[in-house]
Formats: sequence, C-alpha cells, structure tokens
Amino acid sequence: MASNPMYQFNVYRIGPEIKIGSVDISFTNASLFMVISSLAILIIFNLGAKKKTLIPDKLQLLSELSYSFVAKMISDTAGSKAKPYFSFIFSLFMFVLFCNMFGMVPYAFTVTSHIIVTFVLAAFIFIGVTIIGFIKHGLGYLKLFVPSGVPMVLLPLIVVIEIISYLSRPISLSVRLFANMMAGHTMMKVFGGFVISLGIVGGWLPLSFSVALTGLEILVAFLQAYVFAILTCIYLNDALNLHH
Amino acid sequence: MLKKIVILLFVTCFACFNTVFAAESGGMPQLNPEFWISQIFWLIITFGILFIVLTKVILPKISDNLETRKSQILENIETADKQKEESQKKIDEYEKIILDSKLKAKSYFNEAREKILDDINKKRAALEKDLDEEISEVEKELSDLKQKSGEKINKIAAETSAELIKELIGEEVNSSSIAAIVEDQSKINRERKDV
Repeated sequence: MASNPMYQFNVYRIGPEIKIGSVDISFTNASLFMVISSLAILIIFNLGAKKKTLIPDKLQLLSELSYSFVAKMISDTAGSKAKPYFSFIFSLFMFVLFCNMFGMVPYAFTVTSHIIVTFVLAAFIFIGVTIIGFIKHGLGYLKLFVPSGVPMVLLPLIVVIEIISYLSRPISLSVRLFANMMAGHTMMKVFGGFVISLGIVGGWLPLSFSVALTGLEILVAFLQAYVFAILTCIYLNDALNLHH
Repeated sequence: MLKKIVILLFVTCFACFNTVFAAESGGMPQLNPEFWISQIFWLIITFGILFIVLTKVILPKISDNLETRKSQILENIETADKQKEESQKKIDEYEKIILDSKLKAKSYFNEAREKILDDINKKRAALEKDLDEEISEVEKELSDLKQKSGEKINKIAAETSAELIKELIGEEVNSSSIAAIVEDQSKINRERKDV
C-alpha cells in the first residue's frame, strides 16, 4: 500500500534471484541505488579530475573543493598523521552524501535509511580504528579507557563508562545516520499523504510543510554525511594520537 | 475566525495521521532480515569499487592538479618578484644615468662658459692694448705736431713779416730781430689764450 509512510523503505528484488549456497544476494532496489551513487561519484570526480587546466571549470572546481574540504576536515580533527586514511574518509563521506542526496529524489530509495547498511559501515570503521590503535600503540592503546587526572576512587567507574562508550560507538554512529534519514523521509511521506487526503481546501498547510521539510532534509542529508565523516575522523584521531 | 480554521486544520491533520498509521502493518522494513545479506554484499562491492577507483585513479589526479596549481602559482609569484626586482634595478640605473648626465651637462656648461669668458677677456685685453698703443701714438703725433706747428708758425710768420716789411718799406730787416718780435707776439698770444 503506497500510502503507508514506511512503504518507501521496502527492499525488493530487481531481476532474478541470485543465491550462493543458501544465501540470497539478489540485486535489489537498495543495490541499484548503491550502484547509482557510486557511479555518480566516479563519473563526476573523474570528469573533474580529467582536465588539468590551471583555471578550473565547474566540475573541476567542484571536485577540487570537495578534496580540499575533506582534507581540511581531516587535518583539523585528526592531524597530519591521518593523511594515509584520506582516501577512505573521502570515499566514505562521498558515498554517504550521495546516498543521502539520491534519497531526496522522489520515488528514489534511500540506502542510508537502512540500519544494516549504516551498521556495516560503522562496524567496519570501529574495527578498523581499533586495529589501527593497537598497531600504533600496542597494549598502550588501552590507556584510552583510563583518563589521566581522575581520582583513584572514581577510576573503576570511569573505566567502565569509557569502555561502554567506546563499544557503543558503532551503534551510535550507525543509528544516528539511519534514524535521521528514516525519520526525515517518513515525515515527508506523512505530510505528502496529508496533502492528498486534505485535498485542494486544506492541503496547502501540509504542502508548505512538505516544501519546508524538503529543504530541511537536504540540509540533514549533507549534515549527517558530514557528521558521519567527522566522527570517523575523531575516532581515528583517538587511535592515532593517544591524548587521554 | 482564523483561529477556528487553524484549529480545525490541526484536528483534521491529527485525524489523518491516525488513519495513516492505523493502515500501517508489519512495522519497519529495516528490521526485516530477508535482504540483509544482499545489502551487505552489494554495499561491500559498490563501496569497495568506489574506494579502490577513487584511491588509485581519481584522487591522485586531483591532488596532482592541486599541487601543480600551487607550485605554478608560487613559481609565478617568484618570477613576478624577480622581475619586479630587476625593474627596480633598472630604474635605479636609469636614475643614476640621468643624474650623471645632468652633472656632466653642468660641468660641460661651466667649462664652456669659462672658456668663452677667457676668450672674451683675452680678446678684450688685446684690443685694449692695441687701442692704448694707437692712442698713445696719436697723442705723441699730436704733441709733436703741436710743437712743430708752433715753430713752423713762428718761422712762417717771421718770413711773411720779413717779406711784408720788405714790400712795405723796401728794406731788408734783420731776420733775427723779426723772429724775436714774432716770438714775443706769439708768447703774448699764447698767454692770452692761456688766460
């Protein structure tokens, strides 16, 4: 039923059913939009990087500005040691941003509104950052859970809190993005449904709401991608420069 | 009136909201694990390809581009600075040349003036000398002439008076006495003139 505001999040198979053993890896609408987002990123940035003119044209300027934007974000939050991870954070930011933005197209599917996608990304980041931390600092990385300058009495409590907060990082990171995207799209769907059900007489109020929400959601789409990337940088900073 | 309409609108909105959610069934599709594996699989593939292509192909190009631009801008600034310095040097040289030539022109002018003044002085001195000589010569001549003319006049007067007397009286007079008389007379005349 199309009027259900959760209907837009349904995943369905496109094309034949593909199975490896008993595992279903069929191409779905979610996969389609992942492919579209990735292709869009590759096409735009490839075009932007192809021309090597001294004075950049629009696409070149776009790609170069994105490059410097992400580079500045990383160097501001994680320092110069995080440079080898630039390409990963750049890909992550662009992927999340493009998935969010493609979700704003009417009738499109929002990849990042699925907890499993965001959780896989967040878990990958979490595991990767933890591995980097242990490689760089050995067991000294565990000092992250023992902040300096805390009274001995409070130390056990603080350590427990730190460990819980560290372990909840992938959950908070994934749920933040997923919940924001889902809530925004649900709200827009609900207000869109009001426009139809209230008709020409009373539909103007939810319509104006819808218009305002669209603007807000585009902002949220960018902001959440930015937050996702900058939190990754902050976690990376913890692993690279042990400040605690 | 307006208030009533707004309240009515909100009430209808609320009613619609309830009916919409009443129609919902099955909860969130996100929690349906049917396609979880598929999503993870395709996420890894698409994101992996995206990451690899960006890392290996596109990002180095962009970074190269930025680097070349940066270095080119720096180079251009450097060249501009160098050229500026050079032009400053040339301006200094030019000013020096102008100053030198001005000084030279002044010295030439002074030299020429001195030369001309010298020439003028020399020529004037020579001219004055010549003039003085001529004047003194003329003066000498004049004074000679004066002296001689007095004697000659006396002589002529004596001769004429001797002749006159001879004609008048028919007798020859001693020429020395006539000369003495003429001398006396001319002396008197001279005294008269002097007076």
